Amino acid sequence: MKTVRHSARAQIAAVGIATGVLLTGCGAANESGGSAAPSGGAAAAVSGTISGAGASTQQAATQAWVAGFNATNPDATINYDPSGSGAGRTQFIAGGVDYAGSDSAMKADEIAKAKAKCASDVIEVPVYVSPIAVVYNLPDVTDLQLTPSLIAQIFNKKITKWNDPAIVAVNAGKTLPDTAIAPVNRSDKSGTTANFTDYLSKAAKADWTYPGADTWPIQGGEAAQGTSGVIGAVKAGAGTIGYADESQAKGLGVAKIQVGTSFVAPSADGAAKLLEGATRGTDGGQFIFSYSLPRTTTDASQYPITLVSYGIACSKYTDAAKGKLVSAYFTYITGTDGQAAAAKAAGSAPLSDAVRTAITPAVSAIS
Amino acid sequence: MLPPFHHQREDAVSAPTSTPTPTTATPPKAVQQPGDRIFAGAARGAGILILVVLAGVAAFLVIQAVPAILAPSSELPGGTSLFAYIGPLIFGTLLSALIALLIATPLAVAVALFITHYAPRRLAQGLGYLIDLLAAVPSIVFGLWGVAVLAPASLGLSTWLTTYLGWIPLFAGPVSATGRTMLVVGITLAVMILPIITAVSREVFLQTPRLHEEAALALGATRWEMIRMAVLPFGRSGIISGAMLGLGRALGETMAVAIILSGSGIITFNLISSSNPSSIAANIALQFPDSTGLAVNTLIASGLVLFLITLLVNSLARYIINRRREFSGAN
Repeated sequence: MKTVRHSARAQIAAVGIATGVLLTGCGAANESGGSAAPSGGAAAAVSGTISGAGASTQQAATQAWVAGFNATNPDATINYDPSGSGAGRTQFIAGGVDYAGSDSAMKADEIAKAKAKCASDVIEVPVYVSPIAVVYNLPDVTDLQLTPSLIAQIFNKKITKWNDPAIVAVNAGKTLPDTAIAPVNRSDKSGTTANFTDYLSKAAKADWTYPGADTWPIQGGEAAQGTSGVIGAVKAGAGTIGYADESQAKGLGVAKIQVGTSFVAPSADGAAKLLEGATRGTDGGQFIFSYSLPRTTTDASQYPITLVSYGIACSKYTDAAKGKLVSAYFTYITGTDGQAAAAKAAGSAPLSDAVRTAITPAVSAIS
Repeated sequence: MLPPFHHQREDAVSAPTSTPTPTTATPPKAVQQPGDRIFAGAARGAGILILVVLAGVAAFLVIQAVPAILAPSSELPGGTSLFAYIGPLIFGTLLSALIALLIATPLAVAVALFITHYAPRRLAQGLGYLIDLLAAVPSIVFGLWGVAVLAPASLGLSTWLTTYLGWIPLFAGPVSATGRTMLVVGITLAVMILPIITAVSREVFLQTPRLHEEAALALGATRWEMIRMAVLPFGRSGIISGAMLGLGRALGETMAVAIILSGSGIITFNLISSSNPSSIAANIALQFPDSTGLAVNTLIASGLVLFLITLLVNSLARYIINRRREFSGAN
């Protein structure tokens, strides 16, 4: 009896202490929030809500960006719906969202429509750059080397065995197994497929007769949904090969791709260097920074299978508060902090200084 | 059972009108309280609402599909023609649903018979609950199970099939490296539609007139003969409607097929290779997010085709059930 009463009293005491802690916790939070807001607000803290939609490739990066942006702008709300590049551009043109993310640059007619909707210029800048790895599942083979022509012939099923003489020729000293090659492609539309097929159509013209497209052009063959689906399928099968965002390639073999005379593994640095060497498209106006990537580069510091994803916004918003918020957000995500946050969260390649300098006028034109 | 009873009620209500009542010219009306009117209105409204929703969906599909039907074929996805794009999808949809139905129906009937006629009562109840529970599992969970467990596990079976039964076109191979094949999709769909067929069959088997069963047993039938003579004929329309409900689910299943199947736009009966026709619903789920313009219209046109196939399947089921009614032994 005595012990029971004792424990009951102990419980009450514990609850009391817990409540006290909670209360002080609340108080502390309020205090710090109250003191932080004015000091930050004096500089540039913005508030309000903006919504974006588009490429699912930017989703992981966007989560990091929103978290980082909210750290300095706690009253701002940024929504991003990863509904797909096409859907994002369509919604932006229709005025449904304030900004869009897209794995492919807007076409001329889309730019014209967007300009009409914005009633101002349109901004399109690269915000997310990521190398695409060619991943394979051969447990005993590391550092597989492939030429563009070999990749094309593997994925269009002209080469069907891993120990094909053509593969052995560029992989001297490695023992390749006598297993069938099972190429895995994306079954859904994706920017990854668009960039991979664009690379093949340019770097392996003779062996790859299809144009770059976001739908896989070849019928039949392993197909899987999403990056995670491709990685899962490559891991599940023996002798499989696929293409996926480099950040997701852990635990699988990653092929080195021939660039000029050397073989280059995918890296954030190589991807950023490729964008630096890209030529900017001229149509669309001063704030449209769409790039045509040099897929046939011979510079071994560049990695040619790279995805560039764009952020799209109006240059002038009728709602000034909204314009301020979009401007602050785009400044953050294209800045060093934002790019570092994305690199950490999504394994992307930070924009190089040269590219950032080039796009700064466009970003600062947002109002 | 219900309609005759209903008719009797109507007769009873209308009966007073024929009785001669010289004092009042108008026949006395049935007493209607506000509750009656509200209920009648609500019931009628619900009935009309269903029709309006169905018509709305059909109108949406048709309106959105028209641009794809009228567009020049070179602008469509695939670049050949609308039928060349949707054809393989129709084939894949029907094939996967057919495999599922072939596997699930006999199994479901067997399970239902076990629950109603063989299992001890306490076990039967528990089993019934378990089967119903299976129906509550979300399809995406079945999809994940299919791709993570069933697909790798199917490799041995597929290899065996192509080695010994490879002369049948269904098992021609070569075996898929990852096991994400039409066969695995069919098996997964079979598991998904098993509960609904079982539940419907079980309910019908339980309603077999006790007298029929006892009469069969009294005539010297074994339990299996009794089931064959009394239970199955009585429950036939129930089994068919259960199978059609299951078929409806299999035809429209989206996420599980999208996750598991390694699909593309080809037509093949080969069930165990890596080249499979995709299904309409899965293809819409996979392609819709990144589609714009005419590609969206094309996807909606394929959705319209699925809508029509489902309507057709359901009407066919109704027709079969109605035709069989007289012979079912239910009356």
